[in-house]
Amino acid sequence: MVGSEEKEMKTSVIDKKALYAYLEEIKDPEIPVLSVVDMGIIRDIKLNDDELEVIITSTYTGCPAMDMIAANIRVELATLGFQKVKVTQSISPPWTTDWISEDGKRKLKEYGIAPPNPKQQVCNDKLFAADEAVQCPRCNSWHTHRISEFGSTACKALYQCNDCKEPFDYFKCH
Amino acid sequence: MSALIDYTLHLADNSLILGQRNGEWCGHGPILEQDIAITNISLDLIGQARSLYQYAAVLINDSELSVSSKASSPLERRFGGEVSEDSLAYLRTEREFKNCLLVEQSNGDWAQTILRQFLFSSYQYYLYQYLQTNTDTTIAAIAEKSLKEVSYHLRWSSEWVIRLGDGTGESHGRMLKAIDELWRYTGEFFIPADYEKELKIDGASLKYEWSKKIKTVFDEATLTVPPDIFMQEGGKQGRHTEQLGYILTELQYMQRAYPGCEW
Repeated sequence: MVGSEEKEMKTSVIDKKALYAYLEEIKDPEIPVLSVVDMGIIRDIKLNDDELEVIITSTYTGCPAMDMIAANIRVELATLGFQKVKVTQSISPPWTTDWISEDGKRKLKEYGIAPPNPKQQVCNDKLFAADEAVQCPRCNSWHTHRISEFGSTACKALYQCNDCKEPFDYFKCH
Repeated sequence: MSALIDYTLHLADNSLILGQRNGEWCGHGPILEQDIAITNISLDLIGQARSLYQYAAVLINDSELSVSSKASSPLERRFGGEVSEDSLAYLRTEREFKNCLLVEQSNGDWAQTILRQFLFSSYQYYLYQYLQTNTDTTIAAIAEKSLKEVSYHLRWSSEWVIRLGDGTGESHGRMLKAIDELWRYTGEFFIPADYEKELKIDGASLKYEWSKKIKTVFDEATLTVPPDIFMQEGGKQGRHTEQLGYILTELQYMQRAYPGCEW
């Protein structure tokens, strides 16, 4: 127990809040308006002796942006003077869209991507069930329809607005 | 330990080989949206395979086995040191791959690809549900994480089976042909390999739920579940159909032509 108390004390030496503020600078390569903090993929920051450990989680297992994000975190922290930085991945508990911050959801919408609904409305396994009602990020109409379950990245589906006719990405509820 | 390594590789190989197969559709899908769909499914599967290979690599590198019999194991000799997710995918031979026979079968037409995905996703769906509570916490975590993706694959492929089965005479006929071609590879899912027995992974217990799911979707698709027929097996033990050799030739091309190359 003594060991863990010591660890606690050391962790308290780093100012997590300040570190999170720096990590705000690192954007998701696929969605450059969102920071890794907005995405909710930073699980924890720890100080192990003289090494800083940043624990991240992936949105989808195959997300190709993860390696780049990890590299960018190392670079950002190195420029702040942290010489030993380790970025580790943790997959449990699995990431869900609930981890995206409110600020993040607002930024998504401004960028033209419909943010994930707070709660998945169509969650039964009935086939050909009704499409989820998704609000058009441009004209705010709810009169939209799904074009494809799969979009430009693993985390998005393709929709189109019936009113303004704009096609748009929807960040799938996950 | 070696049973756990074998089982982890078996799960990883299933995902990698099906992901590679689906990836062959890239740029050739029947319409743009479905081209994107099938390659997105590839991406998910290869992502799952990566998590599993990474875990297998840790197990292999940590195991006593790798220290004591380093020189005698052909795998270790080829790797000449630490095993990694890449070496497991790129440097093993056909007989070392433990994937089920179904996932290596050729794409055929769209109906055959859809049916292969449906038969496998429905199996993976119940398997990962079952593995979520496995005593090995890493396997359980990967299963829990992947299950969300697999549910999506299952739903998508189920809808396509119904659309084609209950579609035109042409699409119905193609589904019948696909069932004829692929059904014989589904029995293997539920026949445990030695490493599954050792880990007390009871795959046979999933058969009831799986069969129920297949029947529900087939009924709606106006398709008939085939009667008991002779089932092919051997993939889990490394005895494959000739298809796997062709897949690995393409998948491992760079490492075979330029050993050790990195990019």
